[in-house]
Amino acid sequence: MTLKTPLYEQHVAMGGKMVNFGGWKMPLHYGSQIEEHHRVRRDVGMFDVSHMMIVDLEGPQVREFLRYLLANDVGAGARPGRALYSCMLNEQGGVIDDLIVYDRGDVGFRMVVNAATRDKDLAWIGQCARHFDVALQARFELAMIAVQGPAARDRILSLLDGRVAGAAGLEPFHAMDGDGMFVARTGYTGEDGFEIMLPEREAADLWRALADAGVEPCGLGARDTLRLEAGMNLYGTDMDENTTPLESGLAWTVAWEPRERDFVGRAALETKRAVGLSFRQAGLVLEGRGVLRNDQRVVCGSGEEGRITSGTYSPTLGRAIALARLPVDATDSCEVDIRGRAVPARIVKPPFVRNGRSCIQ
Amino acid sequence: MSNIPEDLYYTKSHEWVRQNEDGTVSVGITDHAQDLLGDLVFVELPEPGSQLAAGDECMVVESVKAASDVYAPLGGEVVDINEAVAEGPELVNQDPYGEGWLFRLQPLQGDLQEELLGADAYQEFLESES
Repeated sequence: MTLKTPLYEQHVAMGGKMVNFGGWKMPLHYGSQIEEHHRVRRDVGMFDVSHMMIVDLEGPQVREFLRYLLANDVGAGARPGRALYSCMLNEQGGVIDDLIVYDRGDVGFRMVVNAATRDKDLAWIGQCARHFDVALQARFELAMIAVQGPAARDRILSLLDGRVAGAAGLEPFHAMDGDGMFVARTGYTGEDGFEIMLPEREAADLWRALADAGVEPCGLGARDTLRLEAGMNLYGTDMDENTTPLESGLAWTVAWEPRERDFVGRAALETKRAVGLSFRQAGLVLEGRGVLRNDQRVVCGSGEEGRITSGTYSPTLGRAIALARLPVDATDSCEVDIRGRAVPARIVKPPFVRNGRSCIQ
Repeated sequence: MSNIPEDLYYTKSHEWVRQNEDGTVSVGITDHAQDLLGDLVFVELPEPGSQLAAGDECMVVESVKAASDVYAPLGGEVVDINEAVAEGPELVNQDPYGEGWLFRLQPLQGDLQEELLGADAYQEFLESES
């Protein structure tokens, strides 16, 4: 079965090259993914991310529940409007999914999880929720459009006028409810931008209004190169159920304090931290010619081996970059096995690009 | 629809071959192939002087999305490579049958009609694949 988002006809009409992506028909690009990438870095572009799943949580124990379910901490007190990035772990500390959770004050919380993991996520959240007084609702009837780039704010404010009063004052990593619309200043590109959730029957009108305002559509291809340049992990390649956040570059998302907060996977992570890690995530910039790809073998100075978890060509830097899982003591440089050739690469700390600028010396 | 010039020969692995007047042939990848790959960002050309057998993996083209081998359409010696596509791989996307040619081959034997597909046969092949 192939699923289609409410914007499918728009993609086809705009020349989108439609591909199968985790069971969904999604646009890979609309002509050139490199041009779409540059447009988001320099101006603005929009993405259909309606395949991602929105789950609303409410009930008297919803805060307690999320403080148990997630490795990052939504906090003991309400912080309406705040967005929080977190991993959801299994008891072994492996990552079931990564997600963003929005604090909606009295209304409860809204969570956005990955498309490919939605069934197992729902099952897991439901299972963990058994001992809490909380209600889950998967919002399959909502669409989501991400408008990203330095000009995103200017371009969308007039369109949101009247629907989302106060959107102009929205701080980064915050969100607000409007008239049937939910607007968050979040994204997956390393640029300023917004994610707009709205009823699916209204999605095509907003998409066309954005296009009329000069916001061009971008596909999943550009979404991947943008997120990788921004040093953001992709679930399923950069981390999964067999890896913990600690060796996936996501230690910063694990809230150890307060110590008495018991979240799923905490004990396993604490053991791992006490024993010491063998691997860590690092960024690679290829010095020689070629393109870095997922799963290529990396040989470090010590002779120990690592592996690329996601690699690509960086349109902004004009060279190949990657996220890799390397032995903890690997520093400075390494060699990547590209079809039998050992090509030198530099080990760096992601991100590679933020707000349109290279972060690599 | 994909552009398939009448005067060229083709392979089922989506290379094109042009007969030059000096007896050599030029080789590239088809419009269909570049469209499937998307924006090309890296081209690893064969060594000039290398001897190829028909069907050899002789070079690699890489797009943002994927790496793809290019196969020698005929046996022969590589007599020239297009350095311009190594510098600017996007030439292959922009002009796959012209500026985006990849290498020239001095074929061992030269009956292109016998060994390769004509434009109509390649068109039919694409239709049968889709």
